[in-house]
Amino acid sequence: MTIDVCAFTIAEAGRLLRAKELSSIELTRAYLDRIDAVDPKIQALMTVTGGVAFDQAKVADAILARGEGHPLTGIPIILKDVLCTKGIRTTCSSKMLQNFIPPYDAAVVERLRTLGAVIIGKSNMDEFAMGSSTENSAYFTTKNPWDTTRVPGGSSGGSAAAVAAGLAPVALGSDTGGSIRQPAAFCSVVGLKPTYGLVSRYGLIAFASSLDQIGPFTKDVADTALMLNAIAGYDPRDSTSVPQPENDYYSCLGDSVRGMRIGVPQEYLAQGVTPEVKAAVDAALKVYEDLGCSIEECSLPTTDAALAVYYIIAPSEASANLARYDGVKYGFSHKETDSMWQAMEKTRAIGFGSEVKRRIMLGTYALSAGYYDAWYVKAQKVRTVIRREFDEVFTRYDALITPTAPTVPFKIGEKAADPFSMYLSDICTIPVNIAGIPGISIQGGFHNGLPIGLQIIGKPFDEKTILTLGYAFQQVTDWHLRQPQL
Amino acid sequence: MELTREEVLHIARLARLGIDDAEVDRLQSQLSDILGHFAVLSQVDTDGVPPTAHTVAQYNILGYDEPISSLSIDAVLSNAPEREGDFFRIRAVLE
Repeated sequence: MTIDVCAFTIAEAGRLLRAKELSSIELTRAYLDRIDAVDPKIQALMTVTGGVAFDQAKVADAILARGEGHPLTGIPIILKDVLCTKGIRTTCSSKMLQNFIPPYDAAVVERLRTLGAVIIGKSNMDEFAMGSSTENSAYFTTKNPWDTTRVPGGSSGGSAAAVAAGLAPVALGSDTGGSIRQPAAFCSVVGLKPTYGLVSRYGLIAFASSLDQIGPFTKDVADTALMLNAIAGYDPRDSTSVPQPENDYYSCLGDSVRGMRIGVPQEYLAQGVTPEVKAAVDAALKVYEDLGCSIEECSLPTTDAALAVYYIIAPSEASANLARYDGVKYGFSHKETDSMWQAMEKTRAIGFGSEVKRRIMLGTYALSAGYYDAWYVKAQKVRTVIRREFDEVFTRYDALITPTAPTVPFKIGEKAADPFSMYLSDICTIPVNIAGIPGISIQGGFHNGLPIGLQIIGKPFDEKTILTLGYAFQQVTDWHLRQPQL
Repeated sequence: MELTREEVLHIARLARLGIDDAEVDRLQSQLSDILGHFAVLSQVDTDGVPPTAHTVAQYNILGYDEPISSLSIDAVLSNAPEREGDFFRIRAVLE
């Protein structure tokens, strides 16, 4: 039996599983067949875990046969290769972790395994999640499924491209400065960065600890709500996890958005936003107006400084987090040197790629004696200003709407030689991480066949509002139903 | 904001990051360029503004004083580049 899985959502696949029209084994085989057929063109996956997947699918089928289970039971899922998976190679797309096999699962992976989800692969990414195009992978560049000469975005480009190409109905990514939302926009899928502290970071290989947050890629907002139900929750193993009352993010979908107040920060429509992206945002705002929302221009005046704040804070935290790669405990180790210090320097010289080195250097500089106050402390103070500005506008609005990225996906190689121009592609997403608040990117339109993303930003821990707004948009538009031809 | 070659080498040494001559040149130019763009920070008035290290309140995580299982020695050492018995083997620190 040939099963065309490319357009399947979690909800659709789950319905077939529960109706016994399909087993998880059959579903898993169908996705692995599609990976065989399509992945050579887009190279979204770092590792395919067929053996593990069939074992999990068999267990899921037994649960489903008893009429039990969860909406994710038996559903194939792809994980960004930054999440530790017990017994499954986890590389962070770095030579440094080429042969690393974690002895434990990340908290989100534990949860998904417990619910009966089926892990079918680990996705390619920018090395240690540093980048906006997946060109910084030490192994290969993932291609955008809508145009294989273009980037899928980054750093979770493999996960976004995989869902867009129908290699799985859902994938997990991590977002430090936009690494879920920007590739979601470039690949025309839904990507959610939850509020900082809502999803446990235990087992997420650290890049910038005060900014990193795990979130899902799905085909539609309803599936995102299902995934958030599965992965959100307090975890004492992560000291930044925040105890929150149990929330059902799925049940709010379908609530009326009439009367909701939407702010449109004007600074996000400057900063290199192209006319076609602006036109898509304007069209989306008209949709919300027709749904009964009030739309108002507003201002977040310190947005201009957000990029600088991010590229001081994130590299500073990265320089500390990546100090653990010393060639002693795990990972690559350069052995042809007698001196301990030389061995460490060689290990890091060979093991890290150029973007990782650049950020370690930037962070080490910002934290070094004589420059600490001028760069790091100043950035942390401006971070306070940015957070306060969000707090202030959220006294007047239920949510903010902006572009997710200032442009459509760019060409592979186009920005590779100029790091700063690459950094600008995250300009609309970075402030959300700096403030720790939630943001979702939904499909907002196309220009010449290339996707455009719409970002909805919410108050801290108010994922329900942005999911409700995203869901309402998808009930009256069909951008999310389009599939790339592969 | 121009970094000198010596500053780049000093930062690399602090980070224990081996870089060759070509990388020194490239990083000197790229880091100088990136830091130049960050002058925008100085234009933000932060007088009396406290720094934010984390956006959510930090508090102590208290656990019960009960022994729980941890990873086995073999699991901890399973990815070690060099192992000797139950230890990581490293090069001599003192010459």
